[in-house]
This record gives sequence, structure tokens and C-alpha cells, in this order.
Amino acid sequence: MAGLAASFGSGAMTNSINEIAQAACILVTGSDTTSGHPVIALEVKKAVRNGGKLIVANPREIELCRYAGIWLRHAPGSDVALLMGMMRVIVDEKLADVAFIGEHCENFDAFRESLRNFGLDFVEKVTDVPSAKIAEAARIYATNKPATILYAMGITQHTHGTDNVLATANLAMLTGNIGKPSTGVNPLRGQNNVQGACDLGALPNVYTGYQRVDNPDVQNKFEIAWGCSLGSSPGLTLTEMLDAAHSGQIKAIYLMGENPVLSDPDAKHVQEALSKLEFFIVQDIFLTETAELADVVLPATSFAERDGTFTNTERRIQRVRKAVEPVGNAKPDWQIICQVAGRLGANGFDFEHPSQIMDEIASLTPSYGGVSYQRLEECGLQWPCPSKDHPGTPILHVDRFVRGLGRFTPLEYKPPAELPDEEYPLILTTGRSLYHFHTGTMTRKVSGLNAIEPHGVVEINPVDASSLKIADGHKVKVVSRRGEVICKAKVTKESPPKVVFMTFHFAESAANILTNPALDPVSKIPELKVCAVRIEEVQET
Amino acid sequence: MVICEKTEVTNLTIDGQQIAAESGMTIFEAATKVGIYIPSLCAHPTLPPSEECGLCLVEIEGEPEFVISCTTKAAENMVVHTETPELRQKQRQVLEKILSEHPNACLTCWRKERCQPFDVCLRNVAVTERCVTCPKNGRCELQEVADFLDIEAEPIPYKYRGLPVNRDNPFFDLDYNLCIACGRCVRACRDVRGMQTIDFTELNGYRVAGPVKANHKESECRFCGACVDVCPTGALMERCGKWQGLPEDSIITTCPYCGVGCQLILETKQDRIIRVAPVLENSVNQGQACVKGRFGIAEFVHHPRRLTMPLIRKNGELTEASWNEALDLLAEKLAGYKGDQFAFIASAKCTNEENYLAQKFTRMVMASNNIDHCARL
Repeated sequence: MAGLAASFGSGAMTNSINEIAQAACILVTGSDTTSGHPVIALEVKKAVRNGGKLIVANPREIELCRYAGIWLRHAPGSDVALLMGMMRVIVDEKLADVAFIGEHCENFDAFRESLRNFGLDFVEKVTDVPSAKIAEAARIYATNKPATILYAMGITQHTHGTDNVLATANLAMLTGNIGKPSTGVNPLRGQNNVQGACDLGALPNVYTGYQRVDNPDVQNKFEIAWGCSLGSSPGLTLTEMLDAAHSGQIKAIYLMGENPVLSDPDAKHVQEALSKLEFFIVQDIFLTETAELADVVLPATSFAERDGTFTNTERRIQRVRKAVEPVGNAKPDWQIICQVAGRLGANGFDFEHPSQIMDEIASLTPSYGGVSYQRLEECGLQWPCPSKDHPGTPILHVDRFVRGLGRFTPLEYKPPAELPDEEYPLILTTGRSLYHFHTGTMTRKVSGLNAIEPHGVVEINPVDASSLKIADGHKVKVVSRRGEVICKAKVTKESPPKVVFMTFHFAESAANILTNPALDPVSKIPELKVCAVRIEEVQET
Repeated sequence: MVICEKTEVTNLTIDGQQIAAESGMTIFEAATKVGIYIPSLCAHPTLPPSEECGLCLVEIEGEPEFVISCTTKAAENMVVHTETPELRQKQRQVLEKILSEHPNACLTCWRKERCQPFDVCLRNVAVTERCVTCPKNGRCELQEVADFLDIEAEPIPYKYRGLPVNRDNPFFDLDYNLCIACGRCVRACRDVRGMQTIDFTELNGYRVAGPVKANHKESECRFCGACVDVCPTGALMERCGKWQGLPEDSIITTCPYCGVGCQLILETKQDRIIRVAPVLENSVNQGQACVKGRFGIAEFVHHPRRLTMPLIRKNGELTEASWNEALDLLAEKLAGYKGDQFAFIASAKCTNEENYLAQKFTRMVMASNNIDHCARL
């Protein structure tokens, strides 16, 4: 997000889902789309049926590889080298869109200078992808227009995740694939309302619509609207909060609908941090692994028992409608917050329906300015939607970038924070399965999904399996510097040699006990996609 | 929605109505666009046409024979009729052939709207073939077409196939006895989902659709339910809610799983979700969903382990408490933690309105900018 905002002026998906099928070229990188975003994968397949060229860049043999014209199986964490290598080819072979760059972009010369370090011999060595294949992919992307880029957490969850994102932005600008239908750089958001939670200011440095807390005009506006004085220095990010809880600096946490004990890296550290709190409130629909540590647990309603809105990955604000009454004494989260605020004597929380909250949001948020429940009835609205008569915005950066000129960023290759060594010779990478979601709080309550995929496995290449004398279905212990988990091995060529794969849906074999909490310095996203592990056989008793 | 192609227009007349169809449209699409109903069982708005059922016949002036309207393109100045007695006669013949292999007492019995599942069948129909024992009774497209074509009179000669119901997966059943081989499921799987899990096959001499290998899982089924959604009969039925009949109510909402934001119809009965299906029109997902949205919602919403009461830790144990007690405790405690020692972890699972209130509460009431959620994970 930080990367795209720096390059273009906005961190959101630039284009819309229904444009994908008309793309002449699609580059899917760091996304196992058929598992993580199955319905978007249908649009990718549709594009291939329409004659579009699909390039998949992924260390794992994901299902989309079957539909791909070219599959770049690069080493985990080598994305910057791969993408810069492609751009080097595009520049050297004069396939760049010079007119677009001249008119709409800045800092190109410094960027071009940084391409010098990415000779294809070096790139081949770092990525393990033959240079001819990289060159072919570069030509396909540069010459089949419109071309679009789709990426997900496989790009961002690295200590150099921001650089990865900047590389995708460079690539799109280099070929003029931005601001037009079926082009752009499109981060696929993992959860139903990640986009909305960011848009609405559930971030330490911004109010709604990315209005900065350290901007005095913004601060003044919110102080007047809310009738209080507000702080001007950004707060702590989630990972920083947990560290601060660990050190005793943060004493009380109010947590709503998350399960960091399973979703965050280095689970042991998270658990310790939360246990040190003086007061810990958890509001959720189930007694999650995290809620078990709380002092007070408040019963919330599920999405089916409340009204509201979610904003999807393509910036479309859509209605959530109540289908059934809340179970027992559960209440919707918005009502609970209003009641807590009321007990603390605060004004400005007297809402009877979420539509009134949206009206307040619209009055304070330029990009949501034209949004009202009445207008969302038919098929939602894509922000920016600044006024009541604005139709919404399917494509960003048309005619000019949100920040004015698109900014090229010179990049260098940085290896992952933790690389394999003698003691921990394998790379562990993590991801999602089609059949479960996030920490499994919802999907593991569904018997059919459990029947199809009852437990977590570690996927391992047949070469590594045979050298470790591990057979398919054997119980193994996966060990990293931070902890160990026991699960069954699945021997499959989908994992490349020296790389093993786990999902993070399963509490009893939680991948995040193993993962590395090292952060990207800009986005503060942890490196969940690469850490070093070893695998040991477990004797069945 | 983005419309980029320029649209040329073909002018034709259907049943005396002047229609300006988009160039490339079939007669069937042009008629559907203006609300003229042509009976059909294999056409579906999400699928390419196939001619499989042979029902959608129309008459074109100047053509010696009836044509199949779902594959015949509209042409300039074409004059089409869809409701002549000769057409209806022919369509009834086609339908009767389909019905000779499908239980059909439910289509022709005058009592079909009155009977309850445990009533004695006055038509003496075997229990496996009764209208009230078909899960699709009242929602079946075959019934609609039979009603439209006025198929009544005496029952059509028919022999029950006696094929076993395929229950090889946890999400849906495949009753080969009700399959009319329209091929919608085959096309949905192949042409929309890009998979080839199901195809036509022969069982005891009957042409039916089924998994290409021993079972759905081995056939690489991803259990998206697209085949169930397009099945016109009760052959493919979701197991959850299979016997619930018509819903009392239904609403459209947004799926709670990934960031695509699929629009889903939640059908409810007695305050419970009985079925979930993707929305076709005006939706980002255009009639598609995945296994989680399609089959993974009702069970967690109505799960017995849902939290129903506030819990407060007393003597190390989380124990049930009233809302008043819990809110009083929160207010008392939180008043002591204002400023930098407080943090709020909001959620990508909660609504926009809730996230807005969470940050307003944190910044305004608790005087802290320590608010974040798991966007980074």
C-alpha cells in the first residue's frame, strides 16, 4: 500500500474486476488466485479464453499455471530481481512507452540507472529462472496491451515488500499500462473489508480517507466535527502495539473481531504480549484462541445479523444486510462501541442505524462524500465518489496520476531477512487454501469444509521428501528459530525443491509459530512468506 | 460497469414487436431482452448456448422449418413468431420426450399445490417419484415449462430409472433419476469455471451428467456450486436446505470471506439461513461464488458455540455476565487507561461503520492514535 501510494498517489487497486477479462496480458504474481480470490480467478481464465496471455510468477505450481502461457518459478523473495530483470529487457529492447513516461512520470533517469545492476546473468542467479524466459515474459508483457498486474500478499509479506510493490508500479508505468481499461496495478485484498477498514481510518497515522493525523487542517476539521481535542502524532502499528504490550508500555487493548494469536508471526511472542496486559477486551462471535486470553469477552453478531457496508478490493462500497436476528444476547459491534462510549460519558455516539454513521463518514471524508445507503442499493459505488451526483470511479489515474506525476523508484535487490543455513536448510512460505479462511474461526465450524480439508499439512517436494525419508502422509515436525509444529507431510511437486509450504488456518499446526516477525521498514508488514526451517520425522507411537 | 465496445444494432420483429438488438445477439437473447418468454431448459444467461434441449423453437417468416432460437443469430429485418399453435404443438412433443425419462406426476397433477409431504398420494405415485418428495418441488424450471406449455391430460408413460443418488461429497447431492441431460452443469464447469469436473456419461443406458472420475473430489471438483445453481431440476441440490422448500424471506448481502465482495442471496426460514446462492444481475460476481461463500456460511452463523453472553474473568475463569455488568466494568477500567497506554485493534471483518466508530472512539474518547487492524497480514 505504501509502495503504490508513493508511486501513484493512491494505494488501492487501480482498476476494476470486470475489466480483467478484456486484458491482452495478465501478470499474476504473489497471488494463488484460485485459492485466495476464486471469483477473480474466473476473470483471469476468461481473459485467457478471450486470447489474453497469462504470465504467472510464483515459486509454487499454483492452479493458474495450467492456464498460463509462461510460468516464472522464481525463488521466494527474489521478486525485485525478477521484475527489474524484465524491465531491463523492456528498456534495452526499446519496448518502453517513452511518450507516456515523458508526459506522465518523473524520476525515470534515476530508475533507469538502477537497472544497470540487473544484468540477466545476475537476475538468473538470484531468481533461478532462465534469462531467456525472463526476456520472453518481458516481451509478452510489454507488447500485449492492455496489460494488467494482479498481486497479493506474496508480494507484500516480505521485509522488502514495499520494494516489490514499487517494482510492479515501475513496470506498469514503463509500458504505459495505467489509467486505461484493463491495465493497472491491482493488489487483491485478502479479507472482505481490509480496504474498508483502511479507508475508514482504522490505521495509526490517518483518519478516514487517508487524511493524515499530523496535518493541522485535518486535525482541526475533526476536532470541530467531534467537539474534542485530538493528538497529532501517529500511533503504533499492530506489530508495534504487541511489542509495546510486551514491554508494558501499553496496558489496555480493546480488540474487535481479530485473532492475532493465529494470524500474526511468532505466535509465542504475541501470546506473551497479550498476557501481560492489565486489561484486555475481546469482542468476537466465537471464543477464539485470542479471546481465551481476555479479561472481558463481548458477544458480537455475525455479518448476517447486522446492517452496514463493506468495501471490496476494487474500492466498491457495498451493502451488508441483516438476514436473521442476533443469537442470544449478541449485539452488532457498532452498537457495542456506542454503548461503551456512552458509559464513558462521550457524546457523538447516539446512532440508531448504521446509515446515520455513513452520513457522518460522508460529511468528513472527501472520497466517500457522495455515499449514502440510498445510493448503494443497486450495485454499490466505487470511491472516489466525492459528491451526491458523482457516479463513482472504476479506474484511477485516468489522464493524470492522483499524485500528479507517476514516480519511478530506483531499486536494489535485497535478500530475505532469514535465509536457509545448515541448521535450517529449507525455506518455509505460507499462504491460503481454497477451503478455509484466515485463522479458521468461521470455516473450521463448517463440517463440509472440514471434511474436504480436515487439518493443515506441510507441502514438500518429492526430492526433499526422499532425502529426508519422508513419505506422503507421514507425521513430521517443522522447526524454526521461533518454535515448532507437528503436522502431516504432503509430498507434491507443487512445492519447488528446498521450499516447503503451509497455510495458517489451523490452530493445532499454526504456521505462525514458525514465521519471522522481521518487518518491512516502510509498511511494517512482517516477512510471512520466507523463513528458514528444518523438517524432522516424528515416530508414530 | 465498463462498456468499451461500440454497439451496432440489428433491427428485427418478434411477435409484432420492433426490436433493436445488439449486433451478434441470438433471437433468444433479443426476445428475452424485451420480456418475450421462449420455453427452454438448456439456455442460461451465464452460459454459452448448446441446443441440447431442443425446446426454444421459433418460426422465421420465409424459412421452411422452425429454428432453434438460442443459437440462431438475429438478422436485419427478420420477422419472428414465437407463439403459433404449430410451434406449441412441436414444443409439447419435445417436452413429452424429456418427460418420458423424468418423474412427471408432479407436473400434471391438479393437486400438486395442496399436498404435504406425508399426505397419501391420490395418484398412487411411488414414493421416490412424488412431487412432495422432490426437493425442487415448487422451484423447478421443468415444472415452469410444463405449466407454460399446458401439459396436462393423462400422465406421460414413464419408468423410474432406479439409479442410486450420488452423495460423494459433503455439499451437494446428484440424483441421476432427475437429470434431463440439458448440459448446463457441464458448460458451467467447463466454460465458466474453467474446470472439467463433470461431463455427459451413460448409466444403465441413460444419458446423464456426472463426475468424470470415480467421484467429484477425484475429478478435481472445487465445490463452487456453479453446477447446482444452473440445474433446472432437482438433480443437483445443495444438501443444506435441500428439504426446506421455498424460503420465507431472502435478502442480498456481501460475502464475509475474501476481498472480492461477491453478492449473495441469503434465503431464510424461521430466522435461519437455509440456502445461499450468488447474485446474477448487477453484481461483481455475475452469478458465481466459491465453496466458502456458497456452502460455508449458514453453519458458522448458526453454530452452537457462538458467543451469546458477555464473559468476565473471575478467579481466573471466564464466566457469564450481564451486559450491564460488562459495560460498567469496561467503563470503570477504560477511564484509567486514556492516552498512549491504550490501543484498539479493529478488524477487516467488521463493517465500514464499525471501523469508523472504532477509530473515533480511540481518538476522541481514549485520546490515543494507537489504532490498527490486520491489513498487513
